[in-house]
Amino acid sequence: MLNYAVRRIFMACLLALFVSFISYSLIFAAGDPAAAVAGEASTAADAERIRQLYGFDQPILVQYLHWLSGVLRGDLGTSLYFDQPVATLLLGRFAMTAQLGIFALILALVIAVPLGVAAGRWPNSIIDRLALLFAVIGQAMPSFWFALLLIILFSVKLSILPASGTASWQSFIMPTIVLGYFAMPAIMRLTRSGMISALEADYIRTARAMGLSEARVLFDYALRNAALPIISLSSAQFGFLLAGSVVVESVFAIHGAGSLAWESIARGDLPTIQALVLCFSLFYVVLTLLADMLNAMLDPRMRSK
Amino acid sequence: MLINVENLNIDIATANGTLAAVQDVSFCVSKGETLCIVGESGCGKSITALSLLGLLPKVATRTARAMTFDGVDMQMMSKAELRALRGNRLSMIFQEPMTALNPLHTIGRQLLDVYRAHRKASRKEAKERAIYLLEQVGITNAVQRLNNYPHELSGGMRQRVVIAMALMCEPELIVADEPTTALDVSIQAELLRLLIDLQKSFGMGMIMITHDLGLVSRIADRVIVMYAGQVVETAPAEKLFTNPSHPYTRALLGSVPDPSHPRMKPLPSIPGTVPSLLNRMEGCHFLDRCPLASDACRKPIQLQQIGGNHEARCIKVGEGKIRLKVVA
Repeated sequence: MLNYAVRRIFMACLLALFVSFISYSLIFAAGDPAAAVAGEASTAADAERIRQLYGFDQPILVQYLHWLSGVLRGDLGTSLYFDQPVATLLLGRFAMTAQLGIFALILALVIAVPLGVAAGRWPNSIIDRLALLFAVIGQAMPSFWFALLLIILFSVKLSILPASGTASWQSFIMPTIVLGYFAMPAIMRLTRSGMISALEADYIRTARAMGLSEARVLFDYALRNAALPIISLSSAQFGFLLAGSVVVESVFAIHGAGSLAWESIARGDLPTIQALVLCFSLFYVVLTLLADMLNAMLDPRMRSK
Repeated sequence: MLINVENLNIDIATANGTLAAVQDVSFCVSKGETLCIVGESGCGKSITALSLLGLLPKVATRTARAMTFDGVDMQMMSKAELRALRGNRLSMIFQEPMTALNPLHTIGRQLLDVYRAHRKASRKEAKERAIYLLEQVGITNAVQRLNNYPHELSGGMRQRVVIAMALMCEPELIVADEPTTALDVSIQAELLRLLIDLQKSFGMGMIMITHDLGLVSRIADRVIVMYAGQVVETAPAEKLFTNPSHPYTRALLGSVPDPSHPRMKPLPSIPGTVPSLLNRMEGCHFLDRCPLASDACRKPIQLQQIGGNHEARCIKVGEGKIRLKVVA
């Protein structure tokens, strides 16, 4: 296990380094960054001055290393728009979005896994059909529209939940539901198919032949095997949740990292965009690492490979 | 009498209609007795075994005139009663050691789970029992082996674990569905000897499902020969081998490879194939492949008494002393 963990962590570090280079290079993908920073009404001389000021005239590798050494010291540069350190700007915003994502994922798992287990245990039953219907609606319905429906119901008609903002914990209920419902269908359907194939496995027949209780067969023997892909998918879904939160944050006026990314792109705030891409990617790398570790803890075959 | 089955029928619903997989099969097994069910693949042996434990797939339905375990009607048992029986007084050994064990739990954990499902025992007692049985099935370092996962063991080792698991609760009857077919020939012989020794020393009844007639001749007290869902012959082992009466039984015995068989020559086999059970056949199921077949065989044929405890589903018994020709 230790061996496996060390190897995976090493790989994750390499991946993080690579990702950081990509996210730094991104700013050059959209054209001359100096011209973008200088703005539309600038002259060529303005752009040239900015190019020297920000070091855009140096080789990209030098720029990258300079930026990276800053990042490692916790200095993500200064926002062009807010004129304050990106690091402090990001900290609160990113925490907000990560928190939202985690609650949404927990909600999705709490609903999807039991529903998927029931649907997989009794395929084509009424509960399976209802679960499928519930999942299809979740997959088909755009989040912003679902968000608006919730606002109409709970804020406008019933007035029990705040429509926007982050003033109290109640403000997070609707965004969590919207994001969770967005992540739920894929997890539910994977749980269902995983349970169906696990329940057909020979070792389940053995367990039944040995008179183990249905609960033990279902949850300890079948679900444990079905859980391996669910864990991997959940970490991938979490990435989608972070991306999807751009929409949800703007509907509910939550100032999270998603909305910051959206605004920064519109403003051409390069250091902020770089930092956001870096944070999102690193977060994703860490999640994948955690998912792999969890899978290795559950599956001895993975550890010994 | 430990288990008594009368007129067991199993129908399987398929996309192309209902398949009568098992038709009017009857047998009984007493304590310490070994019943062998033989027949080629698809004749209904394995599904008969699964039906005894109530483990049939959903598409299969079971009916029987009687089905009792130790005098209790198995058809009237609740799910919980059946579960309390399985793995406890009535246990099963499966064919595929590579997939029969849960890959995510240690073998110790799986053995303990079985014991603790049926006995109010402490972990320590269950562990002692597991170690004892692993030693009984010939696993060295049993204590360390408890911490192994199935993928860390060879096929032969896994099958030993599967056997130990089936014996955890001292079953009175054990159903073994081709327990060694997936293994090396050298390990096959060793494991079978082990299984038979354990059966003797624990005094269990055993139903062995196999197509290995050599094995049958060594271990069986009673034999049932099945063909296309039906019992075609049933007899005490010695009678079956000295006086095989159904043409199929004779053909089956004729196709056992003989060590003196010339090399590179095709092995003997019965011409033709097993009929599909989708269309219900009125007469003899072996009709198309039988050299003795006549029009009279197209009518329904019952098991005919031949001698004490010896029955065959053939109206031509005693006829055609000709040695049944098996195509080489």
